[in-house]
Amino acid sequence: MNQILDLLRLYPREPESLIPLLQKIQETLGYLPPEAMEKVAAHLSIPEGEVYGVATFYNQFRFHPPGKHPVKVCEGTACHVKGAGVILESWERRLNIKVGQTTPDREFSLDRVACVGCCALAPVSVVGERIHGHMAPTKVDGLLLAFQLEKEGKKTP
Amino acid sequence: MEQSFDRLRSFALEKWLSLNQGGEPTIRVGTATCGRASGGLEIFQTFREEIQRKGLRAQLIQVGCLGHCYAEPLVIISRPGFPPIVYSRVNPVIASLLVRSFLQEGDPCIELMLGALEENDSLPTVFELPRFRLEKRLLLRRCGLIDPEDIDPYIANGGYEALCRALHKEPAEVISIIGRSGLRGRGGAGFLAGRKWEICARAEGRPKYVIANADEGDPGAFMDRSLLESDPHQTLEGLIIAGYAIGASSGIIYVRSEYPLAAERVQKAISQAEKAGLLGEKILGSSFTFRASLFRASGAFVCGEETALIQSVEGKRGMPRSRPPYPAVQGLKGRPTLINNVKTLSAVPHIILNGAESFTSVGTEGSKGTMVFALVGKVNNAGLIEVPMGMTIGQLIFDLSGGIPKGKRFKAVQIGGPSGGCLPEKCLNLPIDFESLKEAGAMMGSGGMVVLDEDDCMVEMARYFLDFTQKESCGKCTFCRLGTRQMLVLLEEITQGKGRIEDLTLLQELAEDIQAAALCNLGKTAPNPVLTTLRYFREEYQAHILQKKCPAGMCRALTAFYIIPEKCERSCDACVGSCPVEAIKTGRGMKKIVDPEKCVKCGSCLVACPPQYKAVIKISPVSEVPASG
Repeated sequence: MNQILDLLRLYPREPESLIPLLQKIQETLGYLPPEAMEKVAAHLSIPEGEVYGVATFYNQFRFHPPGKHPVKVCEGTACHVKGAGVILESWERRLNIKVGQTTPDREFSLDRVACVGCCALAPVSVVGERIHGHMAPTKVDGLLLAFQLEKEGKKTP
Repeated sequence: MEQSFDRLRSFALEKWLSLNQGGEPTIRVGTATCGRASGGLEIFQTFREEIQRKGLRAQLIQVGCLGHCYAEPLVIISRPGFPPIVYSRVNPVIASLLVRSFLQEGDPCIELMLGALEENDSLPTVFELPRFRLEKRLLLRRCGLIDPEDIDPYIANGGYEALCRALHKEPAEVISIIGRSGLRGRGGAGFLAGRKWEICARAEGRPKYVIANADEGDPGAFMDRSLLESDPHQTLEGLIIAGYAIGASSGIIYVRSEYPLAAERVQKAISQAEKAGLLGEKILGSSFTFRASLFRASGAFVCGEETALIQSVEGKRGMPRSRPPYPAVQGLKGRPTLINNVKTLSAVPHIILNGAESFTSVGTEGSKGTMVFALVGKVNNAGLIEVPMGMTIGQLIFDLSGGIPKGKRFKAVQIGGPSGGCLPEKCLNLPIDFESLKEAGAMMGSGGMVVLDEDDCMVEMARYFLDFTQKESCGKCTFCRLGTRQMLVLLEEITQGKGRIEDLTLLQELAEDIQAAALCNLGKTAPNPVLTTLRYFREEYQAHILQKKCPAGMCRALTAFYIIPEKCERSCDACVGSCPVEAIKTGRGMKKIVDPEKCVKCGSCLVACPPQYKAVIKISPVSEVPASG
């Protein structure tokens, strides 16, 4: 919680600070917990409902902690025509969660993303910070296997 | 003023010369987002390690994107005695090979190169490739050749000279040059930039603001990302010049959250420009003071619309309001605000430097200059292309992008994202400019082009775009919020084989009503993908409704996968291994059979089946699948 208070101090108490502040908190904590929303509202002297109103409007903000390896499936046009739907289903099937959820062990979370702008490599999935192009159902299996091996302490292939 | 700029320039030039003529080889590795996704950073690392290991001396530089995304990772090596050479699809093995063969032994490995970047006597050049020959690069001129995280290479290559010249002119003169150039807004609507600047300059109220709109939300478009990642100072210079012309004292570059690298590079560019005295108080010793900052957008498509963008900068929900008053008169915090697209501002330094006439000499009667397109989808050479306005769609797809892969047939091209439309084969000869596209029912949009082939269903494409706009609708006006919802439901039913023929009339009516009555351009243009597909591909809609058939075999509810028993090579288990849900079983005589109950229609077996057998096919309607035993 002190972490949030430290962050708040960096931003002037004006409505324009709201979005940058929420971004900073999410960058630090990975999501926006209810306590943070409360503190932000108090800091900027705006109703908490309004803070939620703004935060829920934008796709970037999330209210649940992401997995250790957040998976984002690009659903841009180029990815769509090259089978983004199939890729999303493959992730859902293998992780056994639906889009928007996190696995019970908090290892993976699965989200859609509008377009990451790597259309030439479609279909694309972003795992953590890394963009993986030319995805296929078998590549989903391969990536998961690599994480599995890494977790077990073996060298990734 | 001249003196301080001359100092900057001579320092930059010296640095540039010593880099290029210092006797050491230079290796440029493309590490924009596309390059990184293909492994550009690993290649960079390999080069560094190999050079160190061998004790060689060479300059390693990370550069932006050349626009040839299909050939990433790209590397350009300049070795004394050779012209600069472009290598495509470099991997760590090729990287170590190049260090040994080319850097150490002087063999440029002709078989690995895309071509030399300069005319020469011995090596093939890239200009033998149609893409390089037909392109006209004004905005992308430096992209992929300079280090985007350093201001000096930009200055050494003509950067900030336009700003220096503009500061010598009266603001009105700068506006008049932009006006005479005929530059139109590259964000989609094509409003005359000079006119917008003039309105904003005349508007009362201070302070004034300039915003560079890089909220590039169209799925399938990535030219703004590439420009900001590869040459961020160009946009920044355009922003400062615009600020001077309209009398603004601060500017914002509004970058979408999905582009972290672009945002990082813009931030760096701003700090460097401040340090060099190109931003801040009394720029280059003139009386003009201007500050710039980065604003990270939070991911809402509608924020590309200028009034919604302003709302989000003010810390509110990004909901558009009705215009007028236009932001040029009453924008951010109620003050006059000039909002231009990244590409519009990026063209400004070029126009100021080379004169309005150099810009009007390129392009068509109504649309001057060049346009940057992102060509993706079913084309061989996907990537960014900058060509003069007026080139035909066919030239772009077949001459510059290498046509359709796997010998498939061209079907349509989707232009302008969710606001644009799908144009059929008969439009291939259409010269592209703002007017011609509008007439055909599409829209220039931001310049994204997604090429579709015979395997793509046009009804499904319409559904996809409606699904997109429906999710991104801000919910303020009824026509957009509920109208697009209704259209989406109808389209979903059609793609699932539950449509009625009357639905087509209903779709048309809904589309026309939304076009007429929605509040902002997101809503007004949302029906375009439906209207163009209805106009050019009505028979596909009819097939879905009347025969429950998806002619392209894309709508999964209407398509089944089938393995032709006569063609199946029984001992080959490729399809069985590829299936993610174990839906393929082995039947009598080892022949493989798809279990329709389990099949998720992912198409893995179709890809896995070896080309000499081609036993897996798609069948639509599902009722035509032969009974199997």
